[in-house]
Amino acid sequence: MELDPVLIGRWQFGITTVYHFWMVPLTLGLGMLVAILQTIYHRTGNEVYLRSTKFFGKLFLINFIMGVATGLVQEFQFGMAWSEYSRFVGDVFGAPLALEALLAFFLESTFIGLWVFGWGRLHRAVHLGALWCAVIGSWISAYFIIVANSWMQHPVGVELVDGRPVMTDVWAVLGNNTAIAAYTHTLFGALAVGGSFLLGISWYHLYHRRKDGIDTVGADGKVIVGSTPELPGRDATDHTVWIKSLRIGAIVGIIAFAGVSITGDVQAKLMFEQQPMKMASAEAACHDGTEFSVLTIADPASNDCDGVQNIFEIPGLLSFLANGDFDTPVHGVTTLLPEYQEHYGTHIPDDPRYGEHAGEPIDYQPIMIVTYWGFRMMIGFGALAAGVCAIGLWLSRKGTVPQSKWLSRGFVLAITAPFIANSAGWIFTEMGRQPFVVAPNPAQLDGVFMYTQAALSPEVTPAMLLFSLISLTLVYGVLMVVELRLLTTYVKGGVASAMPDLAAPKSKPTITDDGDDVLSFAY
Amino acid sequence: MEILATIWFVLIVVLWIGYMFLDGFDLGVGMMMPFLSRSERGRRVLLNSIGPVWDGNEVWLITAAGAMFAAFPHWYASLFSALYIPLTLCLLGLIFRAVSIEYRGKGHTQAWKSFWTWAMAVGSAVTAFCIGAMLAMTTTGLPLNGHGDIVGGPFAWVSWPALLGGLGGIGFTLVHGLVFLGLKTQGEIRARAQRWAARAMLPAAIPFVIWFALSVTHRTWLIVPVLIGLITLITAFFAVRAGAEKRAFVLHGIYLLTGLGSVFAGAYPNVLPSTLDAANSLTVATASSSDYTLTVMLIVTVVILPVIIGYQIFSYRMFLGRIAETHIPEAHKVPVAIRS
Repeated sequence: MELDPVLIGRWQFGITTVYHFWMVPLTLGLGMLVAILQTIYHRTGNEVYLRSTKFFGKLFLINFIMGVATGLVQEFQFGMAWSEYSRFVGDVFGAPLALEALLAFFLESTFIGLWVFGWGRLHRAVHLGALWCAVIGSWISAYFIIVANSWMQHPVGVELVDGRPVMTDVWAVLGNNTAIAAYTHTLFGALAVGGSFLLGISWYHLYHRRKDGIDTVGADGKVIVGSTPELPGRDATDHTVWIKSLRIGAIVGIIAFAGVSITGDVQAKLMFEQQPMKMASAEAACHDGTEFSVLTIADPASNDCDGVQNIFEIPGLLSFLANGDFDTPVHGVTTLLPEYQEHYGTHIPDDPRYGEHAGEPIDYQPIMIVTYWGFRMMIGFGALAAGVCAIGLWLSRKGTVPQSKWLSRGFVLAITAPFIANSAGWIFTEMGRQPFVVAPNPAQLDGVFMYTQAALSPEVTPAMLLFSLISLTLVYGVLMVVELRLLTTYVKGGVASAMPDLAAPKSKPTITDDGDDVLSFAY
Repeated sequence: MEILATIWFVLIVVLWIGYMFLDGFDLGVGMMMPFLSRSERGRRVLLNSIGPVWDGNEVWLITAAGAMFAAFPHWYASLFSALYIPLTLCLLGLIFRAVSIEYRGKGHTQAWKSFWTWAMAVGSAVTAFCIGAMLAMTTTGLPLNGHGDIVGGPFAWVSWPALLGGLGGIGFTLVHGLVFLGLKTQGEIRARAQRWAARAMLPAAIPFVIWFALSVTHRTWLIVPVLIGLITLITAFFAVRAGAEKRAFVLHGIYLLTGLGSVFAGAYPNVLPSTLDAANSLTVATASSSDYTLTVMLIVTVVILPVIIGYQIFSYRMFLGRIAETHIPEAHKVPVAIRS
């Protein structure tokens, strides 16, 4: 069997990157929320917020390390598997990666260590500042990596010299409108993840407090908070921790959805202009029109426009999404194809660097089923997450949650919704960019674009790519199970899992002969 | 053009030396996890000696790779694709090392703890080997064709220099970790680390010293820094034996600095020589980015690197004290707060 190295390489990159981006939004979103919780504690001295900081901080760290470990792969694999790509774009694409390391990763990694080990050791304000530095570091890193990605979607700030793009304007690269839209969109997407995480876990604990008979409800439906000393940490304050966290999570989730909607709209309007084929493909819009497809079916095996059937469409909506009015037709795939062929050619150049793909006809149309459903899953699961937040806010209005096992399971399961939305959005935008690894900028026909087929390392064989694909997928799979089990264990332990004192009150730290205290935290 | 590219070459060498110096001791401590202490508390002393700082140290590696991509895309692309297999192993090693530090203490069965203890040791050793081998090969060369790609298949990099660099990487980080533990811990672990460091320091340095000495074949005057490095190493050995831990640690670092400095100075202006044809070698001139990119990156680096070093020093000062077994709190077993 003949294996296409480009295809294996893309699977390898896709799997490792989507996996990495399960950890990242939780790091970005939950990190910000933990920093806010600790700030409230710092300002009010209210123990509720100390507990929520410690508890969610612990979960944050269990996830954070996986983001660090899988992020290393990202920094290396451009050069390893995509050396032609790296050579082609290095002058402009390497800079944001190096800036990310210099300006973000050092900050994040150094201060996270200070925060973890700094409880009771650093001055309170310095300790809080350390967390903020780490969180801001992670947010800066998101900016630079999205600048890099956005340059692949919409190259700016370069000119072609000897066949390679050379950076001429770093501010254009950093201020790329594609990057600003994608960055804000990603951050709100991450906050949605953080919000749903707080909501689902707090719901679970409030439900179990009721199930275990700790909290009850009065005749008016209002909560009567109880306390059960034999269960670790199950005092009255514990209830406040969960109800406050639930409400903060739900409100953040709703605000985040408003944020992703607005930034997503900006992004879509840019994309209609910058990558019209991607958007046409996302809408399964074969022909010019104004209608937004709510449901379109097609023969999944073929990727051509003949088999597409639009079942239900809303007239005018697509034009509104693209242009802000209801009657300007949006170009469909059949209109765009000849334009692409005219500007970028009909066949891959007969150049040895394209290997077996040299001279092949170019298919400018992304895989429609992926873009169409990726786009809809992103929106659908994003909306679902926000809907769950709104319902959660309403159902918990009397101070606790209904004593329903299925509702509790549902809210825990709903934590996955914004994760799915995030993954679907990225899969849509990356698959929708094909057949380009660097999509052309239609505003300047300067020859700055690259086909994915040309990007792979020439001497890297399918077997090597498979070795990496299989070994990393296996390790990632095992680590996923380990991470989820650890998260589950710590969630079930409640706040006491992050605060030993709650589990075994008044355990005195031993003082050694030389007067050194026992570390307040140790691995 | 040459000047800017040369400055970047020096900066990248500095980043690699910084990585080997800082994460070097993390890797050494990691490798010692199963061996230096058999008791659980003792192992936790090792883990916590690097606990607050290892992550910041590892960023030196990411920055070195990122800076190579930005400043010398051809170097980054040729070297990393040529070393596809060893770098995949290196990444797996780094993943296990990182995760084991965070997860080891979060389970309480014997099997869990020994799995992560060994994951950390093996992960650290594989990382040290691969990084050492990579640094050796980028100075001694790889069989590159005119396009900058390796010829000869997935294992064409297997060579004596690779073995020398790899074993040297393990040897250096191992000893560096032991010297660090002498500096950072208290009690029996400190004494044992010191004894082991004194015993291992000179034999473990043999592969690196051979590699360092090879640089003299390129530029005769490099005999001076190589000899200084050798003398520093021997002085470090006597310092360890005398129990002067801080001095030993600094001297061991200077030995690394002079050695790696000589090696890269010997290779200059090559960043990655071709063993097939000198015309195929990548040099600072042929592998580098445009002047504009190099200038922008240089401005940012010159401004930010002192700030980074500043807050990393702050972080080290916060955790300056020695750690002893008596400082380690009781392991906290996660309770179950729900009835069902």
